[in-house]
Amino acid sequence: MRSDIAQYDLVAPNSLDAVLQILADSPDHYTPIAGGTELMVALGAGRLQSKKFVSLWNLEELRFIEVTPDAIIIGAGSTFTDIRKHRVIADEFSILAQAASWTGSIANQNRGTLGGNIVNASPAADSPPALLAYDAEITLISTRGARTLPYRDFHLAYKETALEPDELLHSTTILRNYKSYKSYIRKVGPRNAQAISKVAIAALARTKKGLIEDIRIGAASLREYPARLTATERSLTGKAIDPDSIAAARAAILKEARPIDDIRSSAKYRATVAANLLEEFLHTLS
Amino acid sequence: MKRLLDVLREDLHLTGAKEGCGEGECGACAVLINGDLINSCLVPILQAEGTEITTIEGLVIDEKLHPIQQCFLEEGGAQCGICTPGMILATHHLLDKHPQPTLLQIQEGLNGNLCRCTGYMRIFSAVQQAALAGATE
Repeated sequence: MRSDIAQYDLVAPNSLDAVLQILADSPDHYTPIAGGTELMVALGAGRLQSKKFVSLWNLEELRFIEVTPDAIIIGAGSTFTDIRKHRVIADEFSILAQAASWTGSIANQNRGTLGGNIVNASPAADSPPALLAYDAEITLISTRGARTLPYRDFHLAYKETALEPDELLHSTTILRNYKSYKSYIRKVGPRNAQAISKVAIAALARTKKGLIEDIRIGAASLREYPARLTATERSLTGKAIDPDSIAAARAAILKEARPIDDIRSSAKYRATVAANLLEEFLHTLS
Repeated sequence: MKRLLDVLREDLHLTGAKEGCGEGECGACAVLINGDLINSCLVPILQAEGTEITTIEGLVIDEKLHPIQQCFLEEGGAQCGICTPGMILATHHLLDKHPQPTLLQIQEGLNGNLCRCTGYMRIFSAVQQAALAGATE
């Protein structure tokens, strides 16, 4: 049943400082809302738990993409359209641009934000596997100050993150040092457009003299949150791509993945497809 | 937290935008906000403050159908009509960005708009005709 909207309050301060002050004054009470592509769905379905919301939509302090010689810094309020349109992201971070292109529809991409995708913490979210492969850092802010942590440490359990109630995700930083890497991203869903992943893998690897020097594998829908598959990465580091190392990597990902059975797919299907996707990537490295 | 869609339909009596799924998947409620295609069922009205909103009613020029509407009519791109306002606004948004879109660009531009009648082929040909007619120029 639809929610009774009279029970819900939304405030829209015109500065980031004002938002942070509201969160500081009554932590636990206010839920930040940006493009609404997640929370407004819950409102419509009558399952929106929070009652008070503070709008982040279009706050200029959060909607920016800054390029420095060493890094790209993407404000949490940047939409997927902003990401797709950005020349440096298209040129240097192609798997993030690809993930943005299959996040919902054009209308959803015009509203959905990278920050929302991260904080919502869906295990099936589209951008996290790419951010994990790039080993992105995230910056959290509050009236107490800012702190930066590796994105791979942000998710703690299903829908549980390192974000404190008075904190906001401010930005995501990716270093510009992946030119020598081969990249891969593939999402498997029920159809091409507007699908929620059954499973998705994003990966980067650098080889030297036929051996894998560095490999990073980010996954959606294989654990209870978006996760780097570090044991699978270790099984491949220093190896040449041959039938033995591919078999060992398949065994490693099957062991490391913890997919579930749900309405979208079965655990067995997800695990098998994950191993196939990984193998598909490995073949491109040899 | 009233939705933009409800303000349009109930308060302003602009009933062109339709409610389909109510969760941002079908595009029947799509409008243009500052020129961007947006699902109005997912916009809290407060976030629409100060913006310029174009609904399907706003495409009509001097009581004449917009060229995109005319192409949908002539090509059989509309049947029951529920998806049509969103389809036409999505087409407008697409042709603004890609005046001569490829079939792939058309498919992507309309991928958030579901139609259960036409099978899409007539819609695609309506968009192609609208592009040939220079509909958004």
